[in-house]
Amino acid sequence: MLATSPAFKQNAAHAMADGGLQKALARTRPTFPARRASAVANLPEFEQLREIGKQIKNHTLQNLDFYLEIFAGNVERAGGQVHWCSTADDARAAVLGICQRVGAKTVTKGKSMISEELGINKHLEAHDIVPVETDLGEYILQLRDEPPSHIIAPAFHLNREDWEASFRQSHTDLPADRVFVERRDILTEARTRLRQKFLAADVGITGANFLIAETGTSVIVTNEGNGDLTQTLPHVHIVLASIEKMVPTLEDTVSLLRLLARSATGQDFSVYTTFSTGPKRAADLDGPAEYHVILLDNGRSAMVGTEFQDMLRCIRCAACMNHCPVYGTVGGHAYGWVYPGPMGAVLTPSLIGVDQAGQLPNASTFCGKCESVCPMKIPLPNMMRHWREKEFERHLSPQGMRRGLSVWGWFARRPGVYRFATRMAMWGLGALGRKRGKFTSLPLAGGWTEGRDLPAPEGDTFFARYAREQRAGRA
Amino acid sequence: MSREAILGAIQRGLRRGPLPDDQAMALRARLNAHPRHLIPARSRVPRPEQVALFIRNLEKEFSTVARVPEGSEVPGAVADYLAGQNLPSDFAMAAHPELQALPWESRPLLRRREGKAEASDLVTVQHGYAGIAETGTLMLPGGPQRPTTLNLLADTAIVVLRASRVVGAYEEAFDLLRAELVPASGIMPRNVMLVTGPSRSADIESTLELGAHGPRRLHVVLVDDDAAAVG
Repeated sequence: MLATSPAFKQNAAHAMADGGLQKALARTRPTFPARRASAVANLPEFEQLREIGKQIKNHTLQNLDFYLEIFAGNVERAGGQVHWCSTADDARAAVLGICQRVGAKTVTKGKSMISEELGINKHLEAHDIVPVETDLGEYILQLRDEPPSHIIAPAFHLNREDWEASFRQSHTDLPADRVFVERRDILTEARTRLRQKFLAADVGITGANFLIAETGTSVIVTNEGNGDLTQTLPHVHIVLASIEKMVPTLEDTVSLLRLLARSATGQDFSVYTTFSTGPKRAADLDGPAEYHVILLDNGRSAMVGTEFQDMLRCIRCAACMNHCPVYGTVGGHAYGWVYPGPMGAVLTPSLIGVDQAGQLPNASTFCGKCESVCPMKIPLPNMMRHWREKEFERHLSPQGMRRGLSVWGWFARRPGVYRFATRMAMWGLGALGRKRGKFTSLPLAGGWTEGRDLPAPEGDTFFARYAREQRAGRA
Repeated sequence: MSREAILGAIQRGLRRGPLPDDQAMALRARLNAHPRHLIPARSRVPRPEQVALFIRNLEKEFSTVARVPEGSEVPGAVADYLAGQNLPSDFAMAAHPELQALPWESRPLLRRREGKAEASDLVTVQHGYAGIAETGTLMLPGGPQRPTTLNLLADTAIVVLRASRVVGAYEEAFDLLRAELVPASGIMPRNVMLVTGPSRSADIESTLELGAHGPRRLHVVLVDDDAAAVG
């Protein structure tokens, strides 16, 4: 997938002027946090479970090489095959190789962010294999040739009229004058359409929420059942999973599952949580004859042992973006690559480079909400700060910003001068603004005052007042 | 080769080579012991309350439940449910001995076929392996006697479950699975589904609609075979 992350500012401006997107954001912004809050309130142990989840993932990452090998051995003992892939190219080649070997014409797909990372659909199409997205949201995005804008609600940015228009445009064999009275009618049309695809597919590709070392199992979590039909009906099941999906045991997995749905959709548990181990057994009546796991690195092993290792705990619940004021204002497409929101702002520079994605960790108010709701307690703001430092060190930030920071840094290292300068500035602004009580524009701060007024200072500084009251208190 | 490259990069990051033997042994011991973590208190209650919690959570997640005092009443409960929903009376049923032993002939209008589900099936009857009270979840391990397609293809999925198989937490259901369905080789059944209610989607305008790609209705017939569980 080609990144538009370098154009974050323009993307954001465009997003804020997009009426349809703003309507969708206004609808979605309050719902996810409310649902999560209610699910968390119903589980008194939630905070303890967050700590346990963090420990499980930390333990796994400290021993990731060991668990990956145990996992691969167990997949093979169950009759499956593991394809170790360092890069996106390796993974695309492995998937295509399997599809071509079995002569696949169509491939159904469950929702997978790794699939977006690989751009697997375009790759298959280029080799005359038809990929069909089966998650409802991903399906309409495929019809519209758009990337997802959210990691668990990929088409939340669309409104009903968009769904109807896309369905009318794409399902041309159906009567043009059919009426969509309710959302259910849209859903039913997609269900009927995709049912034929499920039955006809030669290969099914899913992602994985977890890989279990103990049993060589991949786990997917869905509400629609599309992932299960995808991995049950075709002759071949291919699992796309990155190395950090590893979890040691079934017990570890269920502890993380207690956090996942509650943090994501606010459900206590998703509708379908499915554990897949190897291909169909001799006596089984259904299931795939081949089971493959594409084990993808694509930049993750380089995060191990660095200040960004904690990011590998992420279980992709989307709580961070659901609670983020920046994401809530610009939506997901503005971030310009696969992963949006706070988790994307940390992960994207690791995976595609800080030169490409350096703007993303700057798109944060550091309000800390993301870290406070993260089920894996990932210190997201701290890691965004690390990226800002790296960006500065590598001279990637804009000239004006670097100069501004240098000027501020000069003053900050000289407390006496800093206090004097701020006292002068406050006194000046206080005197200038006394009459109106606020400034609607200021030199050098036009970007700030464009969106709001600056209340006029009262002429004093915090330091001055603090010193005065200390003296008064002592006296 | 990619395998060595990935493992090598991880080891470099961790500033060590392959795990020393003593540490690897400790990790193997952890895998063999697969210790439990915190289990939420909500399911740590006496049997009758556990079953009541299971039923409450099933209904919360839009399943329906019929509780019958013994297995002989299951065919009647299935027939009544289908009639009440205006559904056809033929269905595909799991070839599980517990289901086969039920007196289906007591309801001659019911027509059943045993085996996996086909695309044309409107109703399926599945054998429930275990119920998990914590979230009203059904554990359905696949196999010749419990084909996976029976959980997925029909509009209406019916699951027959014995109350003695209702446990509190996921960990307890996996204990049953390990003891009964995982052979000494340690290989899990190919497919184990945890199902919590009928299929749904909130992809259209973040509004929940039931009946996405899986069943639109999930009906559980719960057989009270456990005297201790009847409150």
